[in-house]
Amino acid sequence: MTNEELINELTTIQPNLVPEAGGEWPNLFVEAADWPKLAQALRFKDDLFFDYLFCLTCVDWKTHLSMVYHLSSTLHRHNIVIKSKLNREKPEIQTVCDIWRTAEFHEREVYELFGVNFLQHPDLRKLILPDDWVGYPLRKDYEDPINMIKL
Amino acid sequence: MIEEIGTTKEGDLIINVGPQHPATHGVLHLVITLNGETIKKIEPHLGYIHRSIEKMCESLSYRQFIYTTSRMDYLSSHINNHGCAMLVEKGMQIEVPPRAQVIRIMMDELTRIASHVLWWGAMAMDLGAMTPYFHAFRERELINDIMEETCGARLTMNYQVPGGVMADIHPNFQRRVKDIIKQLYKKLPEYDELVTGNTIFKARTMGIGYISKEDAISYGVTGPSARASGVSCDIRKLYPYEGYEKLHFNEVLHTDCDTYSRYLVRMLEIRESISILEQLVDNIPEGDFQAKTKAVLKLPKGEFYTRVETARGELGVYVVSEGGTTPYRIKFRSPGFSNLSALDMMSRGQKIGDMVAIMGSLDLVIPDIDR
Amino acid sequence: MMSTEQQPIKFPGQVIDTPGGGILSGPIDDVINWARSNSLWPLTFATSCCAIEMMSTAAAKYDFSRFGFEVYRATPRQADVIIIAGTIVNKMAPVLKRLYDQMGEPKYVIAMGACATSGGPFFYNTYSVVKGADHVIPVDVYVAGCPPRPEALLHALIALQEKIKAGTKRERIDIDGNKLIDKRV
Repeated sequence: MTNEELINELTTIQPNLVPEAGGEWPNLFVEAADWPKLAQALRFKDDLFFDYLFCLTCVDWKTHLSMVYHLSSTLHRHNIVIKSKLNREKPEIQTVCDIWRTAEFHEREVYELFGVNFLQHPDLRKLILPDDWVGYPLRKDYEDPINMIKL
Repeated sequence: MIEEIGTTKEGDLIINVGPQHPATHGVLHLVITLNGETIKKIEPHLGYIHRSIEKMCESLSYRQFIYTTSRMDYLSSHINNHGCAMLVEKGMQIEVPPRAQVIRIMMDELTRIASHVLWWGAMAMDLGAMTPYFHAFRERELINDIMEETCGARLTMNYQVPGGVMADIHPNFQRRVKDIIKQLYKKLPEYDELVTGNTIFKARTMGIGYISKEDAISYGVTGPSARASGVSCDIRKLYPYEGYEKLHFNEVLHTDCDTYSRYLVRMLEIRESISILEQLVDNIPEGDFQAKTKAVLKLPKGEFYTRVETARGELGVYVVSEGGTTPYRIKFRSPGFSNLSALDMMSRGQKIGDMVAIMGSLDLVIPDIDR
Repeated sequence: MMSTEQQPIKFPGQVIDTPGGGILSGPIDDVINWARSNSLWPLTFATSCCAIEMMSTAAAKYDFSRFGFEVYRATPRQADVIIIAGTIVNKMAPVLKRLYDQMGEPKYVIAMGACATSGGPFFYNTYSVVKGADHVIPVDVYVAGCPPRPEALLHALIALQEKIKAGTKRERIDIDGNKLIDKRV
């Protein structure tokens, strides 16, 4: 399916999606509360069939955080990018581990580097930082005068 | 939910493997719950080589951040650099001259052969055979000599830059590549004689570490590990880049989904890479080796994503740019991270000796996982 | 072989330790040093890219078993030298310290590569890298390079052998602040 068809199909399923212009793949903003329903539709509807989540990350825009999910379909060979704005003080979003198993490790990494809480994640704890690390290193306001030597 | 090392109430034993261990290919800490010798659960603890590359790249310019990827998956360093250089070229609309494209592909395929050959030696050594390790390094040293003559370094070659390659190939390059193709054709049947047909090796790897096609896609497994389960995911075929669309090579797919077929897929991929080199070695076009670019590179505001096929799987580079000289946010989607998440599922119910074979067949490089 | 320096005892005349040992024990020390330096067994410790160059040094082209480093031991109890090949990060530093403590005396350390020497390419703007392995354990030989060529690592191994044959003294400060002279003969 082409980009326009994908955007049309998804806006019929979920009316309050906001497309973003630019980029080679369709970029769509979804509310954090509507994400579980949209994820189910993306994975299980036959003409969409996005079964391969190839990148899950988070970007810190200084006023808010934004989750980015890159999805692809091994059957129809189309790609899509779903984003979701999160509140900076209390970032929370539903997990997608039960739909795409690769999200388990990726969400743990986003949790420890950005502080996003994934609701109903089976095992949310630190993955690559030491267990007693304080702070969220990849946020833009992270200060660490002891370890980080600035050029 | 962090298990204490010791014995649980059901009588299971919880042990540590690593971080310093000869068979873990780097610093990987596995906490294994065992019932006798049968594995009940494997939990990887990562982070023993987390060098905060993503944070560091936010203060490096677009010419400098490419070289940190050489240190991430150091066995396919050319291919990683290629992905990053392609991203900068995509963002700034730079056209790469054909000579540079062909040189890049040849260096990529030489790197892929070197990585698979070292994987072969290391996997055989994990299973107890010492001899293949020395055979593997003999071939790898020949490829390192080619790299050193042209690129200047043996392991972390900073050769691919936005716009092309850093310097023209050495006059000896074509002759040496032809020599190494001849040498590999002579020696690959030796590899098969030593390991592939060996009864002990087959008994240790057939039927071990099964992962079905749907699970492989769901866990995000890519590269040769997924192609052994029948998932067609070779980026060189699906989203061809920079000249791969003109080459004739096969995507190696097996459907047995076990350790032995992951082994066979990689051995056949070495032969496919050699055939790509044969197609290109006499047809390097004349011209520039680097396009003219501005001195200071600035990507326009927006987001960019490129993917390349490394020796381990799909490497994705995602850059969010605010129009400055450094990336605002950069994320490397590394192949090992997703491949490792499938280790737990693949090993349940197997014996602990099988765990070493499964890890060897997944071809993990731990700095790639921890970044 | 550890002794604290004491005041010379009041005796007719003064007893002062001559540096370099006596006439009888000198040659014996030389023989022991020669034997130790020619059969150092390394520990398999490799964290990142320098590991591949270390493995190349162990392979057939730049063989280092002709210098005595024949056997790679996986357990620190049986190893003599630890070649730190790769970056040390905050999470790995206690592991390295524990491995070093588990090795038996006399033990030596080679810091291979730019990362183990001083943090290397990961010096600026990283929050998790230990800027040099000598923040964790005392290092005998440093090798420069990213990664160093196998010949450079061989040069470092030969330099370590020369250092052992010359007989070294190492100063340590114990937990109460007393200075201990660790005489390595």
